[in-house]
Amino acid sequence: MRQHRITAATLSAVFMGLGQIYNRQYVKGSAFAAFYAFAVYFTIANWHHAIWGITTLGETQQKLVLVGKIYKPVKGDHSIFLMIEGLIMLFIFALFAYLLVMNAIDAYRGGKLRDEGKKLNNIKQTLRYIPDKKFAHLIITIPLVFVFFFSVLPIIFSVMIAFTNYNNTHEPPGKLVDWQGFRAFKDLFSLSQWAHTFFGVFTWTMTWAVLSTFTTFFGGFAVALLVQQKGIRFKSFFRAIYMVPFAIPAFLSLLIMRNLFNAQFGPINSTLLKFGIVGPEWLSDPFWAKATIVIVNLWLGFPLSMLLIIGILTTIPRDLYEASEVDGASAFYKFRKITFPSVMFSLSPILIGQFAGNINNFNVIFLLSGGGPTNSEYQFAGHTDILITWLYSLSITNGRYNFAAVISIFLFIIIALFALFSFRRTRSFREDDLLR
Amino acid sequence: MSGYRFRKNAWLTVSYVLLILIAVFTIYPALWIVLSSFRAGTSLFSETLIPEKWTVIHYKELFEKFQFGRWYMNSLKISLTTMVLSVFFQLLTGYAFSRFRFKSRKSIMSGLFIIGLFPSFLSLTAVYVLLLNMKLLNTHTALIMVSSAGAAVGYLLVKGYFDTIPKSLEEAAIIDGASNWGVFVRILLPLSRPLVVYMAVTSFAGTFSEFIFAQTVLRTEAKQTLAVGLFNMVNTQTSTEFTVFAAGSVLVSIPVVVIFIIFQRLLVEGLTAGADKG
Repeated sequence: MRQHRITAATLSAVFMGLGQIYNRQYVKGSAFAAFYAFAVYFTIANWHHAIWGITTLGETQQKLVLVGKIYKPVKGDHSIFLMIEGLIMLFIFALFAYLLVMNAIDAYRGGKLRDEGKKLNNIKQTLRYIPDKKFAHLIITIPLVFVFFFSVLPIIFSVMIAFTNYNNTHEPPGKLVDWQGFRAFKDLFSLSQWAHTFFGVFTWTMTWAVLSTFTTFFGGFAVALLVQQKGIRFKSFFRAIYMVPFAIPAFLSLLIMRNLFNAQFGPINSTLLKFGIVGPEWLSDPFWAKATIVIVNLWLGFPLSMLLIIGILTTIPRDLYEASEVDGASAFYKFRKITFPSVMFSLSPILIGQFAGNINNFNVIFLLSGGGPTNSEYQFAGHTDILITWLYSLSITNGRYNFAAVISIFLFIIIALFALFSFRRTRSFREDDLLR
Repeated sequence: MSGYRFRKNAWLTVSYVLLILIAVFTIYPALWIVLSSFRAGTSLFSETLIPEKWTVIHYKELFEKFQFGRWYMNSLKISLTTMVLSVFFQLLTGYAFSRFRFKSRKSIMSGLFIIGLFPSFLSLTAVYVLLLNMKLLNTHTALIMVSSAGAAVGYLLVKGYFDTIPKSLEEAAIIDGASNWGVFVRILLPLSRPLVVYMAVTSFAGTFSEFIFAQTVLRTEAKQTLAVGLFNMVNTQTSTEFTVFAAGSVLVSIPVVVIFIIFQRLLVEGLTAGADKG
């Protein structure tokens, strides 16, 4: 018995497609071989530049050269472009390598079938086999490629930035960026003003996430209970009104609220003034700014919780309540023992999701207060800045890209640990065959 | 017994008062912005809630002083395309994870989930360079790609929903010769109407409100979206264009609110379905 499997695998490992041709799968083999030729050409053409770019991040800086009587800038290397392009190239090379291995395995399998005296699929059968047995791979490939390019790649990029000196003094194209290991991490936590800002902003981020999640949840809960009471009329009318904040586009509501709470000209303070009360500086006093943000967020967020909770309330079996009434349970007792646990059972995954979302609730803070009022003890942060808005002003406004990257890694770790811990235990994620 | 009834009526009265107070709290900002849009003058300040002089000039100004109609079309185009793409991506990914068992399925699921937690605009710089290299800056295609690209990370909702649809239906169809695709289109999709509506509306509303990426990617005024345009109108301390902004807000909100009212029932169903199966 000849060992087709070894020969085919070796041939394919040396040159993609050869093994398949050896296995007499001519169309498949030639397609693989053509792809391989392209891949090799592509790799040879780009390898050197990519590796050079990503390791050195560029060597020639932009300079001014005297041309006639005026200085003209001569283009140097752009470190950040080199880095991203190098990164993409490395991924493409890795993909080629992976495909090469897969192709060798395919040739091995083909050879094995021949060794066992079985027939191989011809091209028609192969084309029919894929949508049938490999359907899942087929349909997730495109979404995953998109996720890869617009999420994974940028994430790796921002992790890499944390290990460079990319900041306002090293900003391409004028200057080069260099690798500097863990310097940014050390600086951020050892320079006292930065560390102070970090812990201040971090504390407020957590406080904000807890407050906003709880106020919207319990606010929505209370409203749901009020509306759904026995004996209340016009239920659907009230529900429709309470849907309004949910329906208006959030960015508009926030911009509207910002004007509503304008301390000088806004209607709230002018109304208060009529009653002889001088209203607080809603968005420019550190305490009131925080309070305003939580209140506005309650306005924005309670309808969603209310809708969810009403949905759950209708699913609680009525006989549970009836049975407890027979036993003489008070309204509060029924709430504590029946309503609340049922709601929590269904909603806890959503609550966790909302909490994680609030840690990163950029829009509310950015559009309402913009992070202000400014805090003179902080580096580029205001009293209401949460980590994510601080990141924004650090990178986009002030060019401290490497510090921003360090913070984003930190932020990511917190959320990932937290959410993985809780989501791993939700029903949808645990093995789901039991459900059917 | 009368004491009981009295207590009960008193509580009902309190409930109504509370409900009305909450209704005022909810509706006031919307009411205020609608009334402001009809008020003469441009300033934020006003003596009364109801305008002393009514005018529709601000609605005209939107189209004369700003390219409001253009922004509107831009926003609609971007949000609708994104909506279709991202719902499609989410459904496909959810279907794959719910109905098929394949190698590294669990790791891809966890991976996608974690990626979804990464604040998206942290990738702003990288995405910017990518788009620059693809020569896509200042195009709507870029914004559509960026907004729908991450859709697959929202697979969990779809998967949870599909998991609860009994497999026996599909098995019958497969015996009758339906392909995987046929099962998806003819059986799962029609059964998931509330879910699809929910995802479509949230995705539409999300993109419609998206601000940071739109501002970074779209550079010229003619390409701008509503969110960016309206933000720039009031992004000054004095809000000198306030009443025009108010008119713009009204025009933007009306269609969205109408969509919400039309789909109210399905939306609530989709929401609770997601919650139940979370």
